[in-house]
Amino acid sequence: MKRQRMVILGAGTGGTLAANRLRKRFPTSELEIDIVDQNNQHVYQPGLLFVPFGLADPDDIVRKRDRQLHKGINYHESGIESVSVDANEVRLTNGSTLNYDLLLISTGTKLLPEETEGLDGPGWNKDVFTFYDLPGATALAERLETFRSGHLVINFFDLPIKCPVAPLEFAFLADWYFHDKGVRDDVKITYVTPLDGAFTKPAASATLTHLLEEKGINLVTEFNTGEVDTVGRKLIGYDGTEVEFDLAVVIPLHGGADYVHNSPGLGDELGFIPCDNKTLQSKVRPNIFVLGDAADIPTSKAGSVTHFEGEVLVDNIDAFLHGRDMVERFDGHANCFIETGYSKALLIDFNYETEPLPGHFPGPVGLPLLKESRINHLGKLMFQSFYWHGLLPGRDVPGIGSHMPKSGKHELQTSGKS
Amino acid sequence: MTITQLAGKPVEVNDEGFLVDPTEWTEDMATELADLHGVDTPLTDRHWVVINYMRKEYFENGTGATVRKLGKASGVNTKELFQLFPKGPAKLSAMIAGIPKPKGCI
Ligand SMILES: Cc1cc2nc3c(=O)[nH]c(=O)nc-3n(C[C@H](O)[C@H](O)[C@H](O)COP(=O)(O)OP(=O)(O)OC[C@H]3O[C@@H](n4cnc5c(N)ncnc54)[C@H](O)[C@@H]3O)c2cc1C
Repeated sequence: MKRQRMVILGAGTGGTLAANRLRKRFPTSELEIDIVDQNNQHVYQPGLLFVPFGLADPDDIVRKRDRQLHKGINYHESGIESVSVDANEVRLTNGSTLNYDLLLISTGTKLLPEETEGLDGPGWNKDVFTFYDLPGATALAERLETFRSGHLVINFFDLPIKCPVAPLEFAFLADWYFHDKGVRDDVKITYVTPLDGAFTKPAASATLTHLLEEKGINLVTEFNTGEVDTVGRKLIGYDGTEVEFDLAVVIPLHGGADYVHNSPGLGDELGFIPCDNKTLQSKVRPNIFVLGDAADIPTSKAGSVTHFEGEVLVDNIDAFLHGRDMVERFDGHANCFIETGYSKALLIDFNYETEPLPGHFPGPVGLPLLKESRINHLGKLMFQSFYWHGLLPGRDVPGIGSHMPKSGKHELQTSGKS
Repeated sequence: MTITQLAGKPVEVNDEGFLVDPTEWTEDMATELADLHGVDTPLTDRHWVVINYMRKEYFENGTGATVRKLGKASGVNTKELFQLFPKGPAKLSAMIAGIPKPKGCI
């Protein structure tokens, strides 16, 4: 085989694990691997949820990107300007150009606060925050330290967002945090969502709604935020209804990376890359693959999904390089721990076809699904170490494959798919 | 699943009222579906822009569009979408277009 050049865009969760797995699979004489990222700070994003409550130290969740890459991978620190899918060429903002035989897009998703009217107003990072990036989470931590009474509103504006359960987890942790400070009675907490329930998947929604009730968190559904008045402190819906707050924690709209919009034919209206949801091969060109949040496929934008996709991706790149058929194996498998406060968590597991089911994961003796427990909380905490030492280096985990396991789960009568 | 009469024909709908088989849908069912789900009738040309876009998306991509995609790509902006289909433009237009509830990425 002639030596091929693979360029990977984005050295986050997906780019890093793919580069490492590919490096292990192919010798450098067969495949040259170049990877690009705009900065050298790899943030363990699930840790961002804990930063506002002082439960994680910002320094602990950041590591150097290039240090997470195996030997024999060329790391370029630069922004990406554009991709020419006809010329098989990537232009970097540092002025250089990378030609590729194979391209992997793993530039994730970008927060777009500017797409919501008013959000960048004077009250941003004063009374209105997000914890979806490190500067936001850190600023919010400071604000929470002095916030001891008033109305806390949590709102995500619309899907897709990364880890769609994270805003709910934030609400649960806030309940715990204010209890712990002895001021829970003085803080009203309201969860505002554009969905018709607490969560997208009916089976999990029922459990989560119940938990909200139990914790005295108000739920406002089908609220479509069109504008945020950061000074008058209210969310304003497209239908004119309002929700007032003293402190708002919002999740801005998400889109694909900037350069996608400068790259004709590469992405959809939101900047995500259309791809086959079983093989991860893009619909743009056969030599372009997509991994993680950048993909326009109907499953969660989550690290666990990116991890499960990784195996299938590497097999398909192998197949592509050797002229074999793609394996249609990715089933949409997602697996999320949901922090519910008081050192407990709940675990859900689902794919394209199956709702989250109660039972145990990954087999009959395992972590309880759809049920609050301490062991799940420990699972969530342990995940950080697994992230740096197992997931990113590309180690396989015994018992946890890309396919959603069915053993250990109770069948549930669900009414259709959502 | 239940069977209802729409435009004089029996069709199967799920618990939430979405048609089970999008190919059973006909244009004259749209008004009845709109009435049933609280969207003002008669449906205007602007409603139809959205309804037709939703059906096209569904048959091309296997799912109807989300509100944001509608706002960027259907030719009707988000504000107007909420005037036409108050409460939930994506859900309601999918319902009226006879396609399944759009898969909001979960
Ligand atoms: C608050 C929060 C909590 C979360 N909790 C969980 C959880 O509990 N469980 C879970 O599974 N997932 C969770 N996630 C989601 C998870 O972190 C992401 O889904 C995962 O990191 C996606 O990986 P990725 O490779 O697609 O994108 P990323 O890891 O985000 O990587 C994308 C990379 O591309 C780079 N990039 C983007 N644009 C450019 C450009 N123009 N030029 C150069 N480089 C560029 C970025 O710098 C970045 O390094 C959470 C996310 C957040 C924000």
